[in-house]
Amino acid sequence: MSIASSSVSLKSGDGVVGDVFPAGLRVLVVDDDPTCLMILEKMLRNCLYEVTKCNRAEVALLLLRENKNGFDIVISDVHMPDMDGFKLLEHIGLEMDLPVIMMSADDSKNVVMKGVTHGACDYLIKPVRIEALRNIWQHVVRKRKHEWKDFEQSGSVEDGERQQKPPEDADYSSSANEGNWRSAKRRKDEEDEVEDRDDTSSLKKPRVVWSVELHQQFVAAVNQLGIDKAVPKKILELMNVPGLTRENVASHLQKYRLYLRRLSGSGHQGGLNNSFMVNPEAAFGSLNGLDLQALAAAGQLPAHSLATLQAATLGRSTNKSAISMPLADQRNLFSFETSKLRFGDGQQQLLNNSAKQVNLLHGIPTNMDSKQLANLHQSGQPFAGMNMQVNSHGGQSSSILMPMGQPPSRSQIVNESNGNHVSRLQSSAGQPMLSNGIGGGILTRSGVVDNVRGAAYHPVSQGSSMVDFSLSHSADLPYNSFPLGNNSGMSILTSKGLLHQEEANMEMKGSRGLVPSYDIFNELQQPKSQDWGLQNAGLTFDISQQANIQGTLDVPQSVLVQQGFSSSQKTVLNRNSSIGKTMFSAGEESGRLNTSNIGQQLHSFMADNSQRVKTERHTDATGQNGLYSEQFGPDDIISALFKQQEDMRQAENEFGFDGYHLDNLPA
Amino acid sequence: MPASNADTDVEIMNSFTQPSLNSCHISSAMERNQLHRQLANMRKSLFDQGFLDEQFIQLEELQDDANPNFVEEVVTLYYRDSTRLILNIEQALDKSPLDLTKLDSLMHQFKGSSSSIGAKKVKLECTQFKEYCKAANGEGCKRTFLQVKKEYGTLKKKLEAYFQMARQVGPVETACRPK
Repeated sequence: MSIASSSVSLKSGDGVVGDVFPAGLRVLVVDDDPTCLMILEKMLRNCLYEVTKCNRAEVALLLLRENKNGFDIVISDVHMPDMDGFKLLEHIGLEMDLPVIMMSADDSKNVVMKGVTHGACDYLIKPVRIEALRNIWQHVVRKRKHEWKDFEQSGSVEDGERQQKPPEDADYSSSANEGNWRSAKRRKDEEDEVEDRDDTSSLKKPRVVWSVELHQQFVAAVNQLGIDKAVPKKILELMNVPGLTRENVASHLQKYRLYLRRLSGSGHQGGLNNSFMVNPEAAFGSLNGLDLQALAAAGQLPAHSLATLQAATLGRSTNKSAISMPLADQRNLFSFETSKLRFGDGQQQLLNNSAKQVNLLHGIPTNMDSKQLANLHQSGQPFAGMNMQVNSHGGQSSSILMPMGQPPSRSQIVNESNGNHVSRLQSSAGQPMLSNGIGGGILTRSGVVDNVRGAAYHPVSQGSSMVDFSLSHSADLPYNSFPLGNNSGMSILTSKGLLHQEEANMEMKGSRGLVPSYDIFNELQQPKSQDWGLQNAGLTFDISQQANIQGTLDVPQSVLVQQGFSSSQKTVLNRNSSIGKTMFSAGEESGRLNTSNIGQQLHSFMADNSQRVKTERHTDATGQNGLYSEQFGPDDIISALFKQQEDMRQAENEFGFDGYHLDNLPA
Repeated sequence: MPASNADTDVEIMNSFTQPSLNSCHISSAMERNQLHRQLANMRKSLFDQGFLDEQFIQLEELQDDANPNFVEEVVTLYYRDSTRLILNIEQALDKSPLDLTKLDSLMHQFKGSSSSIGAKKVKLECTQFKEYCKAANGEGCKRTFLQVKKEYGTLKKKLEAYFQMARQVGPVETACRPK
């Protein structure tokens, strides 16, 4: 309707939050009854909301997955032939963490109670009156606020992102073009916002940065108690960390639980794992040391895996490894471990999840591929931003790349602006982080998040912590995996320049083991499809399909793609290249970072590459960088990853690359 | 009024449109007013006699310039879509033994749909049907379903007539009234 479109345009300027809010609120309404659907649509339109209707739950899920940031709220009927409304509710809560309103002609208490227990934020009795729909925006605001607060507590950047999200989200729902602009704008806004928020937001609370150590403590406590019995209060006691509040723990636990669920839910991980495995090295490269180190440190990552990952990442990561690998490696790497949440665990899970997540990433591209790309683009913006930033930071970019690569998936996630973007990435990144490729992404996210958070992960040594970053991120990642706030954690991060921070973090992490990644970079530098091939192999999960992820960087590509995606969503490849480039750029830069981790090997390499990349990258941030188009199999990887993602759809959410603005890779 | 057991409701509805009746064929303001009154009376009686409830008003309020025939479109969609629901219920009622859970579920769908357009009497019969399902009263279900169909058909005719009248009145109004 014209109303909808006009409301959209209104939004584009300031986002949802603003004078026009709640006009333009993006609602997805699901009901198998066409009559009800038609009426609801009209009612929502009359409320000046932007409505998408859907008569099947599976289609709805698809829409949501592909367009993570595409919707603000979901209204669903309880009784549907293809899927129980409550099941849909669960999925949405886990994957996208959007507010969901249930409806039914059934007003019996037990059904309403079911809605409550499944997490519906409201329950409407049919026939629904328009008055009941006018105020649904409150659920969106409430949720966002809540998430933001969570972020605050957990020191997540996501909050910032989240804030960004609302306006952004509105934007996202519109065209991809706007996305570009918007992401850039968002990034900037986010950056500003983050700062502003800190100062002005009344909700600001001292951020709790969930560092690796802290998270490990948390995981240890949870494991000790048993995941089922782990309540915030007890966890808090066990952790015995001064200054940590029960609320901090509670929100972190929530995210963690979601993360776990996602991990366990992804069946593809195996597949991804395979692909990742191939790239593990590549991925590792990207994981760069950061993840790997972290993982290794966490003990989760089998030394061997770590090495592989690192190698992989290095090999690849130099280019993009950060991203591509993560996914693949993550899966593989992580799968090996128990589900310890520890960093390593997280990573594992990440891996596993990354498989999932990777899928996300991959899947994102896959699902998104065209749309996602668009979304990515839009959301990618955040990523792009992230990636971009990554690049700028150098080293870090690797990690960022990851997210970037992820962005595709992330974008979805990002799009989600759940604020989890960051988390998403994290998660995905977390997992992939291992693989570096993805991990990178995640890392970046984490990084970003960290940054926002206050650099929980704080890059140990700015320069070389790429690896560390990964690692630290890993720690974060696991955390991130959970729907961190989904609120475009990533995006926010990026926009805020978190990327930078992250990058720093990433880099800082220290030269964990980035060395291997450097190799990758080298390879990346030269369009060595072979290296990438390997890398891609790992990452390619599906990305290869998507893009020619030459390396496993597909993931990264995805991430990068975000940027690039925005431009050419259709062509993952292009994107990948772009992304790859971006990634590379980022990666390259990050590569540099990585190198620091890895040692100077990469440095030199990176230096060269980064320069190359840089130039190219920067220019192409949007993915036009032809630098690595070839090399970057990342695109392929990313696409592959995305494919995986599709499988892992869930993972997408994890990526939550909201904040990643690929385009703005700092030049 | 054309019999309603032909084709689809849409067709039936459409057949009501008589070009000859619209716009300035009705030149006299008095005639227009008469039509308006007739339409209003038809509407009022639908409510007074319990065929329609508040929800129908909700639909009317949704009608605007962007969707000037919204109510009719929704009702048309309802009658078209509910045909298969009714068929499903009939088939389920023919089975032996009766699958009460399925019947309840099918009727739940139909009830929800009917209530969304404000079909009050139909909705009441649906509720009764569900009560019988819960009470495992197969015969009660079958009996009630006959009532459901009866009310369903009656409402359909009345609404068809109403919309037809509305068309006559509507275009005339817009066409002949100076803007």
